[in-house]
Formats: sequence, C-alpha cells, structure tokens
Amino acid sequence: MKAAVVVFPGINRERDMARTLKLTSGHEPTMVWHADTELPAGTDLVVIPGGFSYGDYLRCGAIAARSPIMDAVRAFAGNGGLTLGVCNGFQILCEAGLLPGVLMRNARLKFICRNVYLRVEQSGSPFTRGYNAGQVIRVPVAHGEGNYIADADTIKRIENEGRVLFRYASPEGNLDAAWNFNGAINAIAGIVNEARNVLGMMPHPENHVEAALGVTDGRGLFAGLAEALERAA
Amino acid sequence: MKARVTVTLKTGILDPQGKAIEGALRSLGVAGVSSVRQGKVFDIEIESSDPAKAEALLKQAADRLLANTVIENYKVEVVG
Repeated sequence: MKAAVVVFPGINRERDMARTLKLTSGHEPTMVWHADTELPAGTDLVVIPGGFSYGDYLRCGAIAARSPIMDAVRAFAGNGGLTLGVCNGFQILCEAGLLPGVLMRNARLKFICRNVYLRVEQSGSPFTRGYNAGQVIRVPVAHGEGNYIADADTIKRIENEGRVLFRYASPEGNLDAAWNFNGAINAIAGIVNEARNVLGMMPHPENHVEAALGVTDGRGLFAGLAEALERAA
Repeated sequence: MKARVTVTLKTGILDPQGKAIEGALRSLGVAGVSSVRQGKVFDIEIESSDPAKAEALLKQAADRLLANTVIENYKVEVVG
C-alpha cells in the first residue's frame, strides 16, 4: 500500500488516519498538502481525512474541493484509483463532484460525537471485503453535517446499483429512525461512486482499530484495502 | 461595480436551521410567520463596468463555488 493522505488547512484527523494506515498495512502514508498539484508517484490509495477544512466556511468541504490537489485526486479517481473520504473527506468528495449528493445539517441540529452502529450492506468492494454483508460494526462519529441527501432519481439509482455500503442501524442491524441519529435519507452512512473505487462515509473507522480502545471494528476496512492492493500489485 | 448573489435552498430540501429559526420566532411571540428558509447573500465588487460581463462572471462564481446546485438556487444582481 502506498497511501497518500491529503491535508487541507483545518483538517485535524489526518494523524489518526496516518497511524491507522501504518498499523494496518505496515506502510507509512505520505502526507500531501492541498496546494500541491501532484500525488506522489506510485500512489495506490488516496485518503481525505476528517476535520474542518477552511473552518467549514461557505459549506462544509466546499473550499477544499476546489484546491489545486483536487485536480490530481479527480484524475487519480477517474483512472480507477482507490479513494476514501471520511467525515469532512466525504463532504469534500461530494463537493468535488466525485460522489453524488450532499451532507446537510443533522436533522436535530446538534453536533453528534458518539459511537454508532453501522450495517455493512455489501462485502463485494475493496472497502468492505474485510466484512460480511449484514455484519454490524461499531465506530465513532463526530459531525454536525452528516445528513445525507440527494435528489430522488439519484437515491433510486445508488440504491438500485447497490452503492450504499454502510447504513446507520441498531446494534442488531435493524433500520430504525431512532438509530438514524443524523436523519440521513435511507439511513445512508457511506456510498461509493458508480465505478465503486471512491468511498465516502461520515463515521470514523480509523478510530476503532486498536485493541487498547476496546473496539477494533474499523480494522476490517483498512485490512481489506491493504489486501486488495497487495493482490493487485 | 457592485453586485449581489443570493443563494437559497431549493424547494423540498429540508432546512433544519430555517425550522429552528421559525420556532424561535414563535417563542419570541413574533406572530404570523408561517415558514422560514435560511439562505446566503454575497456582496461582491467587480472590476469591470460592463453589466453583461459582470453578470457572466457572477454566474461563473455562483456555479463554481458560491452555490451547490444540487440543493441550492441562486440569483445574481448587478446593483450598479
């Protein structure tokens, strides 16, 4: 794995992400500054971490999505390169047009920082091959704008194409409005693009990979990615 | 040249902030408000003095950055 973690002013979860990538793949990722125009040669995974790029000014992720490095990310993703956006990273990928839809203010208007349960909807993607479909994982969220929405046609399309990889669910894996804490349509927590090489998700799997924290449910995503990349190499 | 771009949420898009403001107006006793939708206003100074050029530039600014046209509409006005 030769991962690049893109860093924008105001991003604050890049070190958690880099630590997780190192722990799960054995390889140190490269940090790439937003003003750069190229990804390091040989990059096989681009990660856009969470935080508050540009202080969430204008709209979450809007200004970061127009940074110089994003043209390189767009080209990389367009060539099938694996791209992961977490939290603000998901918002940035939507604003950059790499994923459809938008993340609105949470339905109950509160910033929510807690553990949630996600039902893994598909295991046949490089991002979820480390899980079984239907499996429930526990990972933290920390966001004020995670309420996913898109127009009705887009929602229909991404549902029909099986592009929802994670949904907010109860600990038993049931879909229930009480567990869809941010009000996202169809309880959507993470989606992939049409070519299935770009994933955006609001929860933070990178924060649940170490036994010392009591939960390692996020490990499957990164271990699966590392394995997929090793096989491809 | 002065100009203004107004960005508003499209109809049908849920606006939790507008709803909260609506509730706050009600609790203040400001009667007769049936709905609030929150938007954004950008006051912009333009170098050109050609209104047609100014409008084209503002549209470009709105399409590329100021509005997310998935959920928002915008209106550009050259104020003079």
